[in-house]
Amino acid sequence: MPLPFKPFDEMTDEDYFNIGLKVGLEVHQQLLTRRKLFCRCPAGRYSDEFDAVILRHMRPTLSELGEYDGTALMEKKTKKNIYYRIHRDTVCTYEFDDTPPFFIDDEALDIALEIALLLRLNLVGELHIARKQYLDGSIPTGFQRTGILGVNGWIPFRDRRVRIRQLSIEEDACREVSDVGHDRVYLTDRLGMPLIETVTEPDMRTPQEAAEVGQVLRRLARSTGHVRTGYGAARQDVNVSVTGGQRCEIKGTPQIWRNPRLIYNEARRQCSLLYIRGLLHERGVRPESLQWTYQDVTTVVAKSSYEPLRSALALGNVAKCVLLRGFGGLLNEPTQEHTTFAKEFSDRVRVVACLTQLPNLIHSDMASETLAGRDWKTLRRRLRAEHGDALLVVWGNEQDTVAACEEIALRAKEATIGIPNDTRQALKDGTNGFERVLPGPDRMYPDTDLPPLEIRQERLDRIAAGLPGSVWDREARYRDLKLPPDTIRPLCAPRWARLFDRLLSELEQSAKFVAVTLVQRFKAMRRAGLPIDNLSDDEIFAVFEAHSKGLLSREGVAHVLALVARHPPVEGGTGAARVAAVFAEHDFSPLSEAELNEAVTRRLASLDGRRFETACQKARYLSGRVLEDFVGRTDGAKVVQYVSARLRACTRTDDTPVSRK
Amino acid sequence: MSTAPTTTTATSDNLKGYRGPGRALLQRFGVGVWSEVEIESARGHFRGLILPRSETADDRHIVLKLGSGYNVGIAADSVSAMREVGRREAHYKIPEKEFPYDPQKPNVMLFGTGGTIASRLDYRTGAVIPAFSPGELYGSVPELADICNLRTEKLFGVFSENMGPEQYIKLAQRIGEEIRAGTSGVVIGHGTDTMHHTAAILTFMIQNPPVPIIMVGSQRSSDRPSSDAAINLQCAVKAAAEGDIAEVLVCMFGPTSDEYNLLHRGTRVRKMHSSYRSTFRTLSDIPVAMISPKEIIPLRQDYKRRRSDREVTVNTAFEEKVTILYYYPNMLPDLVDAIVDKGYRGIVIAGTGLGHINKPLYPAIKRAADAGVHIYMTVQTLWGYCGMYVYDTGRDLMTLGIRPASNMLPEVAYMKLCWVLGQTDDPAEVERLMLTPVSDEITDREPYNGYLCYQGGIPEVQEFLRTIKR
Repeated sequence: MPLPFKPFDEMTDEDYFNIGLKVGLEVHQQLLTRRKLFCRCPAGRYSDEFDAVILRHMRPTLSELGEYDGTALMEKKTKKNIYYRIHRDTVCTYEFDDTPPFFIDDEALDIALEIALLLRLNLVGELHIARKQYLDGSIPTGFQRTGILGVNGWIPFRDRRVRIRQLSIEEDACREVSDVGHDRVYLTDRLGMPLIETVTEPDMRTPQEAAEVGQVLRRLARSTGHVRTGYGAARQDVNVSVTGGQRCEIKGTPQIWRNPRLIYNEARRQCSLLYIRGLLHERGVRPESLQWTYQDVTTVVAKSSYEPLRSALALGNVAKCVLLRGFGGLLNEPTQEHTTFAKEFSDRVRVVACLTQLPNLIHSDMASETLAGRDWKTLRRRLRAEHGDALLVVWGNEQDTVAACEEIALRAKEATIGIPNDTRQALKDGTNGFERVLPGPDRMYPDTDLPPLEIRQERLDRIAAGLPGSVWDREARYRDLKLPPDTIRPLCAPRWARLFDRLLSELEQSAKFVAVTLVQRFKAMRRAGLPIDNLSDDEIFAVFEAHSKGLLSREGVAHVLALVARHPPVEGGTGAARVAAVFAEHDFSPLSEAELNEAVTRRLASLDGRRFETACQKARYLSGRVLEDFVGRTDGAKVVQYVSARLRACTRTDDTPVSRK
Repeated sequence: MSTAPTTTTATSDNLKGYRGPGRALLQRFGVGVWSEVEIESARGHFRGLILPRSETADDRHIVLKLGSGYNVGIAADSVSAMREVGRREAHYKIPEKEFPYDPQKPNVMLFGTGGTIASRLDYRTGAVIPAFSPGELYGSVPELADICNLRTEKLFGVFSENMGPEQYIKLAQRIGEEIRAGTSGVVIGHGTDTMHHTAAILTFMIQNPPVPIIMVGSQRSSDRPSSDAAINLQCAVKAAAEGDIAEVLVCMFGPTSDEYNLLHRGTRVRKMHSSYRSTFRTLSDIPVAMISPKEIIPLRQDYKRRRSDREVTVNTAFEEKVTILYYYPNMLPDLVDAIVDKGYRGIVIAGTGLGHINKPLYPAIKRAADAGVHIYMTVQTLWGYCGMYVYDTGRDLMTLGIRPASNMLPEVAYMKLCWVLGQTDDPAEVERLMLTPVSDEITDREPYNGYLCYQGGIPEVQEFLRTIKR
């Protein structure tokens, strides 16, 4: 791909093929359980309030080779004080690591297995809980408890398959409140909530494909009716690489529609960094020949009028200047949309050296007004900068600025090698920033607190028996039933999937009638402000059952559902008690000819000289009024026929009820 | 949480840990531990490295480490084919860096008893490998080198619950020798479950030491990033190297937050929670000092000061036939009879309230006392004194031959009675030794802040929790 990169909107599939874009997804989905995964705290309760605060530090443990891995090293350098906010209703001593785990929540495990079956994964015989190290403090233990349930599955996508590498069940992490300087604050309410993580192979070739596959996976999980929805309940990590690049993970994107732009920017960043590496090599700057140095320059810039620097120095801070030989002119190279190479350095200084207040550095390539020209000149002289060298200035306390200078040199060296393995954070504008070094595979080790758990065949058989069927199978089946198109998606959603099939199979109801009632009629009643969503499956079933037994007319179904929805709960009543109450309070017995006759007479009398253009119109109007009196007791067609006969007006033989709009 | 002092080593048994069907399966396909295999099973295809099986797990599964680093179990009876495609043997070696020697720094001796204070993890097997030699410790807690010159000696490899007289005696003797040889301080790495028992008996066995003797352990094993081990070790080594308190002390977390440790007197300390970091508390009194890797802040002045001499009294007497009888309502007298008939020479009763037991036990107690069994009363309330003069029951019990042990903790009274009966059987002498405090196991007064089990939910306590980080 020749640089400059095309704008996002102009990128074609072919452009992405040319740069060798590969995208994989890691989809995190919270499960709809009553409890958390490894303790008995309630799941899904959030509160920004807190009763107490606990302070912890994370200390890297030695890895297998006796070295700290990259992430560990980085987190150790940052030396964060980690504060956990504790609320008594959402957290027990397990979450903050003062009690060992309880056995895994069975409800969560069942749901995870259900989704694993839908993804056609090879399921394990025994679940082994692992500890996956996280040193950022997002989990107070310093690791996440997680375990694999299945590997090597697939989902259909367009005319091919997207491979699913694995599905794991794991505990959710804390919510970050703030991260300023050396203090990071977390809320613990979300901590320990059951999650599944579905990992795909890097089978997507364009940002659009990645978004579509993300949607498929989301709908598949939701179709079970057993996962949480709402902001943050499903989060995706996107793994991106281009030819010659490195896998970088963009973390926690809560909205799928944002992914394409994020992927575009990461692809562009990787291509740009490869381009910059090429320029550096042309200049003879290679990992082994990289030259850099730094100095305290507080006195040189002491009188600077550049505000961020001036106010920092006024607080007694120091300034340091780093010289990067051969980097001159490169810091302004674009890497992402409205982002330059300099941000790679600024990000690292922010995260690793904890200089979190932005801007946290300035450099000699900057076009905007920072230091005075003569100050830059003095700095160049002091650091013996030659033409083609770059200078970066940072400010803060002594320790943090030293860390910043070393980090800048480290990042510069990486630039001569290629693209560092990063975990990157998604930013709102579609670009991404450095979050941490991508952890190595060695951060996983068995959890000695929990024994392996056998996944018995009986358990899988029981779950398989209750599967709702995959979303795409169901959509195809509903299309075959010739259901109104606007009802198909909603019926596949968890709210209706199981009930719809049950109504059809157990009550032999007309599929179209049920579909129209559950989707279109419900929508109308919802709009009319009826609390229709408080109906339970049992209640809805009971109303349809009354209809199929001839106890309720077709029109009566929606009417009675509305009555039940408005009915207060029946004390001590279970299941469909409210339906029974509604039937007890109203008369839905089939209308007799005499009653109908009398009603028509009464209505005719009350027309009060109202005029109609045709007899047919008059018949329809009259039928509508009469039906209002006897909702649930008779069919519209029957009334229309009767009234028409009596008025000798037009007759309608189809079963469409007279419009009552 | 005590951690098993196990070092898993690769053995010649390439079916390590596998029994029954799992073992048969591996043999059938000619594969073993560390084989990289492809598996066909009723649940599909798997590829991974076969790991050793835990001895306590069932014999019907084999353990596979997948490429992603996760472990999974595969049911042996679901496997139809298995093929070895490679081998990757794990090797266990702790990186050793030489512990730097600085003639300006004090010398500290660290004795190991079995618990793993520092350790590293083998990511392939999950085995916790204790780091214990100075070089290993330096590799995992390099800060120690800023405090002292460290030597280590592993005395035993037992769980803390398996500590007993043999270990107590050897430990006391080695500490005595080390003190006479000139060490600036002693640290004892110990599992936390019975740390307070060992702290108590060492207080009696090693009297008037000129240097600190610090017991330390960890509640969260050091293989986890949130472990308390590194801080505990740093604080303990600091207390031993620089501290002025020449007593047997327990050095563990103060609050559950990473803020400071406490130094507890060995005779007043007790493990009070099965899993909290801040599990050790001083009961009916206050701790001797607060300590962090930066500083030691004494909370009281009545401690024994560090001395430059090398004099110490080591008395390792110990009588094993002593028991604690934890009283409950409806305890039957035959239990007491059985203890006497089995030849026990001492009973520490943990009685209710001020030190009471029920009337049906009286004849059995009298029989025991008549048989020469030494019986001491402590309280199962843990806080507070025996008050046997308050009610008739108490007075009756004393008439029967039970001696109140004041505010000695039951475990401490047990250790002391073992130690005393190892020296004499004369009732008067036993009583004199029992009731003469060596180091605050009996105190004259309980300060107003010696009993603090604050009650959650109460507004002022909630306010305290909200504003003071614990």
